[in-house]
Amino acid sequence: MDRTDSELLETIAGLHDIPEGSFNIRKNGKLLARNSTADIEIIPKKDKDGIDIVVKAGVVKKSVHIPVLLTVGDFKETVYNDFFIGKGADVTIIAGCGIHNDACGDAEHDGVHTFHLEKGAKVKYIERHYASGDGTGKKSFDPVTKIYCKENACFEMESTQLGGVTSTVRKTYATLGKNAQLIVKEKILTDSEESAVTDFKVYLNGEHSRADIVSRSVAKGKSVQKFGSDLIGKNECFGHVECDGILLGEARIVSTPKIDAVSPEASLVHEAAVGKIAGEQLLKLMSLGLTEQEAEDAVIKGFLN
Amino acid sequence: MLELKNISYSVKDENTGRMQEILKDVDLTFEDKGINVITGPNGSGKSTLIKLVMGFERPTEGKVLFNGNDITELGVTERARMGFTIAFQQPVRFKGITVKKLLELASGKKMNTEDMCDCLSSVGLCARNYIDRAVDGTLSGGELKRIELAMAVAKGGEVFLLDEPEAGIDLWSFEDLVKIFARLRDKTVIIVSHQQRILETADKIFLFDHDKITSAGRGDDMFALLTKRPAQCWRNLQES
Repeated sequence: MDRTDSELLETIAGLHDIPEGSFNIRKNGKLLARNSTADIEIIPKKDKDGIDIVVKAGVVKKSVHIPVLLTVGDFKETVYNDFFIGKGADVTIIAGCGIHNDACGDAEHDGVHTFHLEKGAKVKYIERHYASGDGTGKKSFDPVTKIYCKENACFEMESTQLGGVTSTVRKTYATLGKNAQLIVKEKILTDSEESAVTDFKVYLNGEHSRADIVSRSVAKGKSVQKFGSDLIGKNECFGHVECDGILLGEARIVSTPKIDAVSPEASLVHEAAVGKIAGEQLLKLMSLGLTEQEAEDAVIKGFLN
Repeated sequence: MLELKNISYSVKDENTGRMQEILKDVDLTFEDKGINVITGPNGSGKSTLIKLVMGFERPTEGKVLFNGNDITELGVTERARMGFTIAFQQPVRFKGITVKKLLELASGKKMNTEDMCDCLSSVGLCARNYIDRAVDGTLSGGELKRIELAMAVAKGGEVFLLDEPEAGIDLWSFEDLVKIFARLRDKTVIIVSHQQRILETADKIFLFDHDKITSAGRGDDMFALLTKRPAQCWRNLQES
C-alpha cells in the first residue's frame, strides 16, 4: 500500500492499517489482502468478479471490511458481492470505494451488493464513496444494493458520498418480511458539474414491516441531483421517506417520492424540502460572530452530520 | 455607551407600493451598565429597533454610535465581534447542528461539559440531556427559547439584545430569567418585553407607541405609571 492507498482507505473505511477479523481489500481489480474467519467466511466467486460473504447464524458484535481502491484511469469494473447473514446474527459491514484518478481516462467502479438476511438477523451497512485526483477522467460509481429481509430482520444502511465523484447512479431495492425493518441514512454532496441520481424501491410485504429512508443532500456549483423513492405497502406496515436538499449556486435538485398503499392497512409518508439555506439561519450564526461563508459552511456541515 | 441618533426606518408596503414608516426620528441613549426594557403595543417598532442595533437592517436615516464610534454601516458579523449579542424572539432551527456545536460557535471555543453545564443550567436545562441533541423540530418551543438564551450567555459581550425573552418560557421558570438578567447587570442589556415581572427588573423603561418613544424613565417610576390602570397605561403616562 502506498500513501494514496492509505489516505483513501482511511477516508472510506476509517482504516489506518490492515484491519483485524474478516476483510477483503481490492485494488485496481485485483485482490490486495483478504482474511476469512470461521464466523465470517469470504469466498471468491468462480463465475464472475466478486465474493460471497457468509456470516454464520448467531455471530454477533463482529464486523467485516470490504473496501475497494481504484487509483488508475481507463478502468471500469463491475463487482458482484453476495452477503448471506445467518439467523440471529448481528454484524457491521463496512464497504466503500475510493477512486484517485490523475489520468485523463475514466475510472468507474460498480458494486452490485445483494444481502440475504435470515430471520432475526441484523446488519449495519456503512458505505462511503469518495473520489480525488486532478485528472480530466471521470470518477464514477454506479452501485446497486439489493436487500432481502426475512421475518424480524433489520437492515440499517448509512450511505455517504461527500465529494469528488463526477457521476453516480445509485439503485437500492429492498423486500421486507414480517416485522422486518429497513433504516437508510443517505448523505450526498455534489459540486461543479457533478451529477448524482439515487433511486429507492422498497416492498413492505410483511405484516408490521417498517422502512425509514432519510436523504440529506447538498448541491453546489452547477451540479444536479435526482432523488427518487418508491414505497409499496402490501400489508399492515409503516413507511417514511424524507428528502431534504440544500441548493447553492446554480445547482438543481429534483425529488420524486412515490408511495403506493396496495394494502388499505399500509401507512406511508413522504416529506421533501428543497431550497436555499434559510436567511435566518445565516443571520443567527453571523450574530454569533461568523462570517457569511463560515455560517454557510456550518449549516452544511451540520446538515450532513 | 450606545446611542441611536434620529433613527428612522421605512419599508415599502408590498400591496400599495408606498413607503411605510416603522420608526420615526428615534433618539435613544443606553448607558454602559443597566437593564433597559422597551415596551409598547404590537407593531410599534420595538423588534425593528433591535434589528437595527444588531445590524440586520440599516436605518433609512440617522446614526448608531457605540462608544462614540459610528457603526451605522457595520454588518452583523462585525457588530457581533464588537460585543453585540442577540437572542431572537423566535429561535432558529438547524437540522443536524447540536446544542453543543451551537454553544461552541457562540463562545468561539471548544467547551467542556462543565462550561456547557454553566450555560445550560443558567437557563434551567440539564446539559447531559441536551448537548448532543440537534437544535431542530424535536425540541419544544420553550426548550429552543432557553437554548437561544444559553447561546447569548455562552457568547458573552457588551450589549445584549433580548427580544421577548419570556416568550414560550413557563411561569415557573421566570426566576431563571431574572437570574440571567442579574448576571448581565454590568453590561448594557436591552430587552423587548411586555411582561410585568421583567418590567419590574428594569433600571430604565422605554415606552414605544406608533413608531417612536413616547416616554422613558426610571424603572420603578415608569412601572408604577404603567400598572396603575394597565388597560390605559398610555393615558396614565400622558396624564402624568
